[in-house]
Amino acid sequence: MKRRSFLQGTAMGALTLFFKTSASSAPVEPTRPGAYSDDFNAYLKISADGRVGCFVGKAELGQGAMTVLAMLVAEELELDPAQVDVLLGDTDLCPWDLPTGGSLTMWQTAPVIRGAAAEARMVLLGMASKALGAPVSDLALKDGAIWVKAAPKRRTTFGELVKGRKMERHLGKVKPKPLSECTVIGRRFPRKDALAKITGAAKYAGDLRLPGTLHACILRPPAHGLTLTTADTAAAERIPGVRIVRDGTLLAVLHAQPDTARKALALVKGTFEGTEPDVDDMRIYQYLVDKAAPGQRVMISRGDIAVGEKRAATVVEGEYRNAYESHATLEPQTSVAKWEEGRMTVWASTQAPFIFRDAVAEALKLAQDKVRIISQFVGGGFGGKLVAPGAIEAARIARLVPGVPIQVAWNREEDLFLDGYRPAAVVKIRSGLDAGRGAITFWDSTVAGVSQGEAEFPYEMQATRYQAPAVPGLHPLKTGAWRAPNAHTNAFARESQLDALAAKSGIDPVTLRRRLANDARVLRLLDLAVETFGWEPAPGPTGRGIGLACGAWRQGFVVAIAQVAVDKTTGKVQVERFLEAVDVGLVVNPDGARQQVEGAITMCIGQALSEEIRFKGGQILDKNFDTYILPRFSAIPRIQVVFPENSTTITQGIGEPPVVPVAAALANAVFDATGARVTHVPFTPERVLEALKRVPTK
Amino acid sequence: MDATVSFVLNGKPVTVTSPRDRMLVWVLRDELGLTGTKVGCEAGLCGACTVLVDFEAVPSCATKLGEVAGKAVLTIEGLALDGKLDPIQKAFQDHHAFQCGFCTSGMILAAWAFLKKKPRATRAEIVEAMEGNICRCGAHVRILDAVESVGKVKGGVR
Repeated sequence: MKRRSFLQGTAMGALTLFFKTSASSAPVEPTRPGAYSDDFNAYLKISADGRVGCFVGKAELGQGAMTVLAMLVAEELELDPAQVDVLLGDTDLCPWDLPTGGSLTMWQTAPVIRGAAAEARMVLLGMASKALGAPVSDLALKDGAIWVKAAPKRRTTFGELVKGRKMERHLGKVKPKPLSECTVIGRRFPRKDALAKITGAAKYAGDLRLPGTLHACILRPPAHGLTLTTADTAAAERIPGVRIVRDGTLLAVLHAQPDTARKALALVKGTFEGTEPDVDDMRIYQYLVDKAAPGQRVMISRGDIAVGEKRAATVVEGEYRNAYESHATLEPQTSVAKWEEGRMTVWASTQAPFIFRDAVAEALKLAQDKVRIISQFVGGGFGGKLVAPGAIEAARIARLVPGVPIQVAWNREEDLFLDGYRPAAVVKIRSGLDAGRGAITFWDSTVAGVSQGEAEFPYEMQATRYQAPAVPGLHPLKTGAWRAPNAHTNAFARESQLDALAAKSGIDPVTLRRRLANDARVLRLLDLAVETFGWEPAPGPTGRGIGLACGAWRQGFVVAIAQVAVDKTTGKVQVERFLEAVDVGLVVNPDGARQQVEGAITMCIGQALSEEIRFKGGQILDKNFDTYILPRFSAIPRIQVVFPENSTTITQGIGEPPVVPVAAALANAVFDATGARVTHVPFTPERVLEALKRVPTK
Repeated sequence: MDATVSFVLNGKPVTVTSPRDRMLVWVLRDELGLTGTKVGCEAGLCGACTVLVDFEAVPSCATKLGEVAGKAVLTIEGLALDGKLDPIQKAFQDHHAFQCGFCTSGMILAAWAFLKKKPRATRAEIVEAMEGNICRCGAHVRILDAVESVGKVKGGVR
């Protein structure tokens, strides 16, 4: 029995739902949608026993939001992060927030939470001053207690002061502690989600076991572009317990057992109508270029391209491509919805509780306050769970069976079919370097498939022109935000092109970038990366297989250095070493930040080498992990992560930046190893072999 | 057709009534409420559903209920004994060898089965042993560090 009580204990601690009761008895006051609440009580609650609850409309995707937010609160209130209970992503209990994406948590939400905690600190000290009859300056604060420094027996606690009520006093903007006095920021703390995740107690949306739940499996068209017309459900309905529901083109088989619902669905015969797109994964690049051409607009233009071209001594023309890539979160999209008393509650695997709330409300024509989203532990997001198609399906079905919880858990094939992919893209660049090899005289870039987002980097260029299409519905397949959207496509093109210019003009890739970089932070980061890697750059290809690339996301900068070995007979690229120097401003949780960088490098080894959605018309040919290849343990190199000390920029967030230069660094390393330039992401063994064939023999 | 199948689950005998060809993962999650075992691919490709059957790591999405009759099944919920984490769990905790956690149950059990057989494995042997388990967040390096660290401590896994 001991074991059971242990597991129950960990389950209790899983989402730290300590505050559930007190919070629902004193709900958060509605805030203006689209704006952060200026009442710190919306984010922080102190229970009668003095525990501090932190309520934030974000989700724990694995990126460590729960831990870092607790650290910020703990810092201001002089607590250990373990003493802060974090409740995330419940749209009834948490104030409005931006989605958990775009590296926004540390950039946008963190200052709000830190400010709220700083204000709460001063309010608590003020209350204690009154209660203890001593000026605030004579008081000390630690671990939820406040006492008179000179007479420690004159003390009170958060619990005694607040008594579970809302704190009425407001002080407006209170400055957080100066960095020199911080004791939590910058230190390593145990992840708050660790115990739940290593014991299996952590609850994801598919792990909810609400009484009476029916599992819904939805009839899918065989291809995009097709929708359901008629369906023969007779055979499925012969299975005991099966129920069929239909709402327009949405037809679902319901059953109390998830696997029985899936088996019954296989017996449903549907007919579909519509037109599939006439394109496939080979023809997609020309398709995008042709379709984008009439809508190309000059988005950025500086200087005179023609003049720059005349000044150039070395000119390179490059075309860079990337395939559609899936988010392929290990947990497919999953939601449980229940329609009860005129209100829809959806327990969802979501990165964006408030976007989900509004999307479900819109789909069901409900007022926003008639929808509640409760975020669960999320089994990976990467941008894929910013959108709510699965939650909307669950809600539409739940609306048809009032009072019954409906679970929609996509299987792998559905997740790969219905995902909004990283867009396929083609970037063409023509650019030139002067005779002194110190100035880019012109840089003329045209992209089809994504925007010009993050195409620029702090490099000095005499004339630049960036064109991108303004064509709605450009893509034949659904696309979405894939961790650092646009940036990885544009950085791959830019950094490959620079490498080609360096090689063609006989200069090493680091010296060229040092000459071009016009930002002190970038220069410092370049030095840090090269020194840490222990690399003596030389004009490529050197045969050593070392490549470098830079990337940006907002004001976050990254320098990546990769070392690879290329098997020239098979075309297989083995990554041996990978280093990133990352400057995202003040790093609040160094171990969490390091995890994000390690994860980004690992994930993008898949992006660079193997991940590609193959399709024919509207059919998605990749249906599982046998053909959609994610990086496994044997693909992972030794990884190094370095952060500069005393960064001068404000905290930028770190989910996106380390993704940006990975594929480019690897492509440049392949060039350095072989002299072959791979320009098509992913550079699979076949594409590497093709590139090797193009290398002129000496 | 339903059958009555008995096996030992996390140290205790259980009897379930379910079709013999039903996949074990659904029995564990749906009938027995043990949701620590995750469903990632339903084809034995990702390892998220890994459990131990007679101390061998198997994908429970590709293991039929009938196959475990009379055998001992261990899931992540049964790994901690008497309120104490197994050293491999502790190592995952200490190394922060996870992010989203969806692969973690399977990773821990695959590592446990391997370390039981080969407590002092080389890094290359650990890589080979863990190759069937996918992590999407990119915790690989930490997972390898965690597994390697257990091999070095006295006693290894229990």
